[in-house]
Amino acid sequence: MLEVRNVCKTFNPGTINEKVALDHVSLTLEDGDFVTVIGGNGAGKSTIMNAVAGVWPVDSGQILIDGTDISGLCEHQRAPFLGRVFQDPMTGTAADMQIVENLALAGRRGKKRGLRWGVTKKEYEEYRELLRTLDLGLEDRMTSKVGLLSGGQRQALTLLMATMQKPKMLLLDEHTAALDPKTAAKVLEATDKIVAASHLTTMMVTHNMKDAIKHGNRLIMMQDGHIVFEARGEEKQNLKVSDLMEKFEL
Amino acid sequence: MLAYFASLDPGALFVTFPGGIAQGMIWGVMALGVFLTFKMLNFADLTVDGSFATGGAVAVMVIFACQNSKSGFLQAVGPELGLVLAFFAGVLCGLVTGFLHTLLGIPDILAGILTQISLYSINLHIMGKANQAINPNEVKLRITSNIQHIYWTILFVVIIDAVIVCLLYWYLGTEQGSAIRATGINPNMSRAQGINTGNMKVITLALSNGMVAMAGGMICQFQGFADVNMGRGAIVVGLAAVIIGEVLGLAILGKHMNFMLRLTFVVIGGILYYLVYNFVIWLKFPANDMKLLTAIVVAIFLAVPYLQDKRKSSFRSLAKKNKTANREGGKAC
Repeated sequence: MLEVRNVCKTFNPGTINEKVALDHVSLTLEDGDFVTVIGGNGAGKSTIMNAVAGVWPVDSGQILIDGTDISGLCEHQRAPFLGRVFQDPMTGTAADMQIVENLALAGRRGKKRGLRWGVTKKEYEEYRELLRTLDLGLEDRMTSKVGLLSGGQRQALTLLMATMQKPKMLLLDEHTAALDPKTAAKVLEATDKIVAASHLTTMMVTHNMKDAIKHGNRLIMMQDGHIVFEARGEEKQNLKVSDLMEKFEL
Repeated sequence: MLAYFASLDPGALFVTFPGGIAQGMIWGVMALGVFLTFKMLNFADLTVDGSFATGGAVAVMVIFACQNSKSGFLQAVGPELGLVLAFFAGVLCGLVTGFLHTLLGIPDILAGILTQISLYSINLHIMGKANQAINPNEVKLRITSNIQHIYWTILFVVIIDAVIVCLLYWYLGTEQGSAIRATGINPNMSRAQGINTGNMKVITLALSNGMVAMAGGMICQFQGFADVNMGRGAIVVGLAAVIIGEVLGLAILGKHMNFMLRLTFVVIGGILYYLVYNFVIWLKFPANDMKLLTAIVVAIFLAVPYLQDKRKSSFRSLAKKNKTANREGGKAC
């Protein structure tokens, strides 16, 4: 599904702030893999996610989705393949637009945006059903501005927007880091449900090692732009937070 | 003092009303263009000072060209053809700013200023000199400040305004319009949803400047001439209309404000601006100081929402409140 081949990225090259963020990183995800990514600050977790998302071009290496090289495509051209949820709840939605308008924007990801009406009646009903699955009461507030929602509600909505047009991959960049523990657990639960239901290949960056062990079938740990540890399947399920802490100290 | 008041003629003020309304509604078209970039795209576009004059220049030269052609049909539709071509000239101006910003990475305000300053030279080239007047005896204009035809002018401009408001309402509700609004609110999210934010900016700038240039063409017909300086400060007048309309609309309608009314109030803001303008002139306020006055009015209207917010929650008032509370608490002990 996703193949990252020998990808390098250096920020501010040739300056005093030079920072090698990705150093010949390679990673392969199979169809349906759910990989959690952990690592210290500046280890390259978010960088590898942004490299896949195409926020900027990588310095060298290839990124393939389903065998197609996407490393030459810019951010909005890759959007049809990728669903993304960000750390900051404000980032994933348009605050000044209605819930239903936000969903309609996501519903047209990868399609031509022409001069037809932005939200059709049919879509309106579809989105109501979709919102009902979140179980947050948003289906009764469809014309409310998204800016009025809480952080957790906005993350849940962003998750819905990221997955409603089934993407080839779901990228979650510390999407629960800004939420309180209870809301974070709820959003993670919704994440698991959606990922399982659509059998999505997923990459989730997190600082919470418990979550990293509990969710998904694979785990990678990054340090200084390298993948320093990898675990999958049973080995991953049996990991303990203390094991990971030890590896951090290496 | 008494002599001053005695010198004011209420009849003269009354006579300025229809002209003020017509002029305000023409500036309303310009203000709708400013609304598109400033409010929808969150882009402070200073191109408009140049493209407004470009519209006037193109309109006047098209009218001349039609007049000189031997065709009776062209002579009859010259003014309208001038407006259409002014629109397209404005679209080109907007495209230049858009490409400076998206392809060359020049910050929004600077990109607008660069286009604006270059348009000064271009406008001189279009007109051949700094000022071109239309001879009202030769050309029959649908839009004119001539007091005998002012009501026809108002009717004509009302129709244009209504059509533009409806078109904008429709366009901003379409898939593309939604993408434009999303780009203005959250460009990161827009790209993640597959929206080409650069394209959206260019399209909006082109449309906006097209409308501004068309308004310039209408003003040129209204006043009977085009001048290379006619766009100076246009952005401030446009902003004044947008902001006055918005503040007024919210004050009157509050929560009942919908998007159609929001657009309508932009035009109403323009009308109000010109009625007040004429009133101040009538008070014998020196015409040379009008730009200063306009800037002050816009500054006040921009500041009001901020200050209201501040008054609700500010460090200083809290400190004051706590100070008095402490003092009273001390007395009680």
